[in-house]
Amino acid sequence: MDEHKQESIDLTEFSDADLEQHFRVISPGRMVAKRFFKSKLSIVGLAMIIFVFLFSFVGPMVVKATWGYGETQVFKVERETDMVTVAKFKAADGKDYHYYDRSKTTILFKAPISADHWLGTDTSGFDIFIRLMHGGRISLIISFIVIFLETLIGVVLGGVAGYFGKWVDQLIMRIVDIFACLPTLPILLILSATISSIEAIPAEHRIYYLMGFITLLGWTGVARIVRGQILMLREQEYILAAETTGISAFHKIFRHLIPNTMPQLIVSATLGLGGIILYESTLSYLSLGVPFPRAAWGSMIALADPSKGQEILAYYPNMWVPAGILIVVTVLGFSFIGDGLRDAFDPRMKR
Amino acid sequence: MNIKRFFTRKTVEDESNPLYLTLREEMRISRENNKIIKRFEKAKARKNVPEEEYLTTMKNPDNVVEFEDLHTFFFTDVGTVKAVNGVSFDVPQGKIVGIVGESGCGKSVTSLSLMQLVQEPQGQIVKGSIRYRASNGKTYEITKMPRNRMLQIRGNDIAMIFQEPMTSLNPVFRIGDQMDEVVLLHVEGATEKSAKARSIEMLKLVGIAMPEKIYDQYPHELSGGMRQRVMIAMALSCDPRLIIADEPTTALDVTIQAQILELLREIKDKINGSIMLITHDLGVIAEMADLVVVMYAGRIIEQGTVREIFHHPKHPYTIGLMRSKPSGKTVDNRLYSIKGQVPNPINMPDHCYFLNRCDRVQPECLGEYPPMFWHSPDHCAACYWSKTGELCDDEGEREKESNDE
Amino acid sequence: MWTYLLKRIGLALVILIGASALIYMLTMMMPADYIDNQTAAAVQNGSMTLEDVMRLKELYGLADKSVGGIARSYGKWLTSALRGDLGFSFLYGRPVSSVLKDYIWISFFIALFSFVIEIIIAIPMGIKAAVNQYSAYDYTVSVFAMAGTALPSFFLSALLMNLLAIRLKIFPLQGLTTATKVFAQDAHLAIFLDKAWHLVLPIMVLTLLGIGGTMKFTRTNMLEVMNSDYIRTARAKGLSERTVTYKHAFRNTMIPLVTSLSGMLPGLFGGAMITESVFSIPGIGTMALRATQQGDIPFIMGYNMFLSILTVTGMLISDMMYMVVDPRVKLK
Repeated sequence: MDEHKQESIDLTEFSDADLEQHFRVISPGRMVAKRFFKSKLSIVGLAMIIFVFLFSFVGPMVVKATWGYGETQVFKVERETDMVTVAKFKAADGKDYHYYDRSKTTILFKAPISADHWLGTDTSGFDIFIRLMHGGRISLIISFIVIFLETLIGVVLGGVAGYFGKWVDQLIMRIVDIFACLPTLPILLILSATISSIEAIPAEHRIYYLMGFITLLGWTGVARIVRGQILMLREQEYILAAETTGISAFHKIFRHLIPNTMPQLIVSATLGLGGIILYESTLSYLSLGVPFPRAAWGSMIALADPSKGQEILAYYPNMWVPAGILIVVTVLGFSFIGDGLRDAFDPRMKR
Repeated sequence: MNIKRFFTRKTVEDESNPLYLTLREEMRISRENNKIIKRFEKAKARKNVPEEEYLTTMKNPDNVVEFEDLHTFFFTDVGTVKAVNGVSFDVPQGKIVGIVGESGCGKSVTSLSLMQLVQEPQGQIVKGSIRYRASNGKTYEITKMPRNRMLQIRGNDIAMIFQEPMTSLNPVFRIGDQMDEVVLLHVEGATEKSAKARSIEMLKLVGIAMPEKIYDQYPHELSGGMRQRVMIAMALSCDPRLIIADEPTTALDVTIQAQILELLREIKDKINGSIMLITHDLGVIAEMADLVVVMYAGRIIEQGTVREIFHHPKHPYTIGLMRSKPSGKTVDNRLYSIKGQVPNPINMPDHCYFLNRCDRVQPECLGEYPPMFWHSPDHCAACYWSKTGELCDDEGEREKESNDE
Repeated sequence: MWTYLLKRIGLALVILIGASALIYMLTMMMPADYIDNQTAAAVQNGSMTLEDVMRLKELYGLADKSVGGIARSYGKWLTSALRGDLGFSFLYGRPVSSVLKDYIWISFFIALFSFVIEIIIAIPMGIKAAVNQYSAYDYTVSVFAMAGTALPSFFLSALLMNLLAIRLKIFPLQGLTTATKVFAQDAHLAIFLDKAWHLVLPIMVLTLLGIGGTMKFTRTNMLEVMNSDYIRTARAKGLSERTVTYKHAFRNTMIPLVTSLSGMLPGLFGGAMITESVFSIPGIGTMALRATQQGDIPFIMGYNMFLSILTVTGMLISDMMYMVVDPRVKLK
């Protein structure tokens, strides 16, 4: 191979910046955010969730300030003429009693949509619109708490299983299998029904037990994901560990392993939120959730139960359809966001 | 990856970040590119195109394929990748043409363009012409050919072998079924029996010891070398005029590599066809190729016969490649590597692409991209440093330039 | 292969025993006098004696709550369960297994029908969405599918009831048979058609809810397959896009599809608790829901064990199908 002995220009007078492309640098967090916002569906999902959040948490405050409605406020209508009810009856103790009722108002049952009540009132006289907002609070709070607890338990157990391996792994995975093969809805129903029948537990506390139960039945998914990720990462880190010595290396590995599972965890948590909302609404539908008179989306739909008569189902859609729509919007919103996050974290998309 | 670092800004020394675009810029680029893609796809989707539109004649009747000023771009959401940016060369009948270059220089895309297999819908042939002379004597303009006609050529006249034999065969079908498929598709009057006979004949041809047994097996039961042989056998089933081998031995052991290459050479002689051999391994080129085309960043920077390229390289990149190959004669302790990196395919400069890595920069290198200069009837290079008085224009014809340097 | 199968079955049994123990512990949480309350009616009308009640309490460990006592009563339940005796239902006044036997078939029929329809619709949709990724079709179909999985079953049921049964009066509202019609003893076809007509709405609900998941699954797998090397080889051979998609790509997508779908088969026997109840279909789901709400412990235990068995069987079947469908996973 010949060497040409011609002169060449010395390039050191040109800086790196001129010769190479001009890079502006961003952190990976920003890149993920950018990829997320590229997808229209993700933005729609985000908008839906923001709407539901504002509706549920800010809404009641706004309504309280302007109209002064409460969640369980019964609305009454002034009567034009007094109605006096008189009755005589014999009580169980043998005495005669007189009964008087001089109400000036009647309860505004099943009012149609009006300017005062945007969605009317329901069979107990409550304003439906504000009950939707309060129901939203319940659903959102429950789902976030449950997801947090599920993730906590799942990370701990899955992490331990994946990290230590061998018999610890086997043991924990059998436990996961056992919990995973439990039929969710029936077990949930048993537990809720049991809780409802134990008089020692006040109705308001039922909801906390419910959250615990849903967590118990749902942590297995997270545990499997975390364990899988850790097993995979251990394979890679193992080479590194073979070179480094000392316990501190393992500690560093642990501190690296869990953060590396974050993307998958975030995606699965977001998608799981929707599922929990569905479970919670099913329980409320069966009157096993928040007790009456508090509002929950599921219990609002329960008004339309055809076994209790077709009237509400057929002629009062304003009572139950909006609750269902809100459930769908919320769950869909979480699904869109979850999908968008999954695509944003995963760089090997076609485009 | 620490959680903290996930959200803080990184410093400029980090090379792994791509070119930054604001979201608005990205969406604008994405929208424009989508419009361009739609236009191309519409043109391709036409049915019943009359044959005259894509019939043409070869410049040199001894050639099987002629590439002329080919431009193949990928219209992505972050910009347009100019994968092939003005490539012209010929593949003569009965010769092996080796295409050499780094990863990402466009050599694979060139061959894919010939087969109309470029990744749709982002990849499109934007400009240029590819002429192919078929066995029936007609010459087709590949860039204008409708898809259904192309299907008749693929596998039949032009066959392709890919780099990864481990994943190139469908894992759920038997070897025999996959091979028969090609025969049944292209050969007139083929029956299942005749296809099976042909397949077994081909398996024998590529040196597989017990073809009947292999015929009934699944791909996962074979080794990498065997699978590549099967791929070659499949490629030969319909007597192709041209075989494109895209890095056929890169994923194989060195010993198998030698066997496969030998096999390819035998085959070429037997069927009197041509081979386009794509590789980044100079050793393979030295052994196999008759003509060599050196590509860099989407363009040909040097081409010639194998002796000329190896003994008298005229482009600094080619020289660097030669020096990079470790050999027994290397006395130095350090391995030579060309400093710097390939330019970003989305934002190509107007000057020579090799400028920032070259150690023989001339004043004119900072100007326009260098044209091809002749060094012999077959050998030309796109470099100002080694230029001669003669230019070659796009069609490979000589062009006398006034002798002033 | 047989050793592998035996190992898996053994594992499944271990899991089942663990699950049954867990479920048992859950029912243990009920307070002691719960059974008294529930059985009061049955004791009064004579279908159960006080001895039966005592035996039940023993069986469910409610008589003796010490650790030893719990273990013993679980053992008793397990041994009788293994013999096929799942206990005596409070609510229905007969053995749990006989209730299961009677009501399973309608639930299975509904579930099977909606399963088949859902597959027939969802798989082609998924394939088409994957082949035309990012197209309008892809987006629309994906959104609809996701909306399907976002609907609560009771809400969708109510909506369809409102629309199709009440307003448009096409389908009957509830129940399995038309109470007001009287059929001749041997008018089998008419009776069958009447029942089928009643089942249209529940089947519709279940189908709509299930399409989303299957479609998304198909689409994801097709996308992965379409990006493989062997698809590129198939194209290079000159095969038409149609052949490439439906022969080469689909055959590979079928592997995860078949394994997961066949894993769902046993679940078809489980019944859809909410949907059946809303439509008042006398299936196993309605029975189970009612039993759960009214604290029929034997039935609850029996039903939940039944479901767990179905789930575990599903996992086994799905593993086995893997071996059948994927030639790479042969006799190990």
